[in-house]
Amino acid sequence: MNLKLDQETIWLVGGVIALLIISSMIGWMLARGNGGESKTIANLNDRIRAWWGMVAVFCVALATGGLGSVILFGVLSFLALRETITLTPSRPGDHRTLFWSFFIITPLQYLLVAIDWYGLFTILIPVYAFLFIPLRSVLSGDCEKFLERTAKIQWALMICVYCVSHAPALLTLNIPGYEGQNGKLLFYFILVVQLSDVMQYVWGKTTGKRKIAPLVSPNKTWEGFIGGVATTSLIGAGLWWATPFTPWQSAGMAFLICLLGFAGGLVMSAIKRDCGVKDWGHLIEGHGGVMDRIDSICFAAPVFFHVTRYYFTP
Amino acid sequence: MIAALLIGLVRLLTGARMRWQGTGPELRQRIYFANHSSNLDALVIWAALPSAIRKQTRPIAAKDYWSSGLRAYLANEVLHALLIERKKVTASDNPLEQMEAALANGSSLILFPEGTRNAGPEPHAFKGGLFHLARKLPQLELVPVYLENLNRVLPKGEVLPVPMLGSITVGAPISLGAEEAKADFLERARLAVWNLRLT
Repeated sequence: MNLKLDQETIWLVGGVIALLIISSMIGWMLARGNGGESKTIANLNDRIRAWWGMVAVFCVALATGGLGSVILFGVLSFLALRETITLTPSRPGDHRTLFWSFFIITPLQYLLVAIDWYGLFTILIPVYAFLFIPLRSVLSGDCEKFLERTAKIQWALMICVYCVSHAPALLTLNIPGYEGQNGKLLFYFILVVQLSDVMQYVWGKTTGKRKIAPLVSPNKTWEGFIGGVATTSLIGAGLWWATPFTPWQSAGMAFLICLLGFAGGLVMSAIKRDCGVKDWGHLIEGHGGVMDRIDSICFAAPVFFHVTRYYFTP
Repeated sequence: MIAALLIGLVRLLTGARMRWQGTGPELRQRIYFANHSSNLDALVIWAALPSAIRKQTRPIAAKDYWSSGLRAYLANEVLHALLIERKKVTASDNPLEQMEAALANGSSLILFPEGTRNAGPEPHAFKGGLFHLARKLPQLELVPVYLENLNRVLPKGEVLPVPMLGSITVGAPISLGAEEAKADFLERARLAVWNLRLT
């Protein structure tokens, strides 16, 4: 997992910083134009400010080589798991199971990424944690809502830990002709996922009319979805030089990432609605919790990882 | 150093921030009184206070739990807790006198008037100490604090904590009415804490 800092990485980072500078200027002009009265604009500026912080953290992690990124995503998984478990009712009989989930299973999953043990990485949570969780809970002797409690903990681990861990696992792929450059692949993936969210937000706020799923997520509109996916796929195609893909492949990959990111956002909204909350937490100003920011990564990371692994590694 | 580590650990486990609803963080002498559901309660409130206020605030904690090994070290050296006897109260270790002495030294206190941990969300009936302190020291601000979701971090009988987001809501100070009876005041104080769940 030794990563090189090359000219293309500098272009990617520089491009994102340029984008942030432009966004900050637009946000500042919008706020000045309406005298700071609109809640939407205040929220937009909070979001842009938070983006600066998130980009800085991500770039620092990337600059340390592989390990920093593995640790960063491990911490994100931990925080997302904390938010998810907080929202799902558990009973005292789950306490020890939860301790294992937070302090043994989560670090172990990321350790497997760090040492590149692919065979165990793909089955640790779906197989072994799946069997271990009900076993550990049943030892406490509490049968009340047993199946429901077990399923909730398993779901939380799958979404927050297993799925998210596929993002740093991109660094472990051996792509011929792309050795030492996987940092750019991770950068490309995160950039496309997050741009897709941003573009859908921008298109939705400016032109959105027809709601896609009014009962689940009233802010998602067809105009936002189509505009966001199309724009992001185009940008994704334009970033082919940073990836092992051709421009067409890169467009297809970005399209796939957008669709799955949308699916992730929609499913997570349904869970929030079920739990009766609007945001997962309040850790990131303007965005809500960690889970509000990484919900699209959850669905997109495993699929992008496997498609890349299947078609681009020997 | 240890204090900073401890504060970091508490934030990692609970993410708890203080929501100042009825009053702001002010450097005046106060008694913060809260519902009690976990051994971490005193630590969580202490860790969430702004550092200038934290330095002059002493949690009140049970001597039987906090007086051995690592807990004793934390209680004495880091939290500067006021350890009180709950079971065999004698004339020489009267908790009320200890609290009055600490207040006379200018400290603020964190108090759990239920006296013992409570598994449910609604606080049980308050013990009389809060009333006696309010009567003796009418200039004190009595600030209600509601802790939510912290019993899941460290339930009764468990040793190892689990991370869980909690919240700490601080309400408007109350004071003892001129003619108010003890039972009425204690119930009003209890409701002041319990009603904070709605804010």
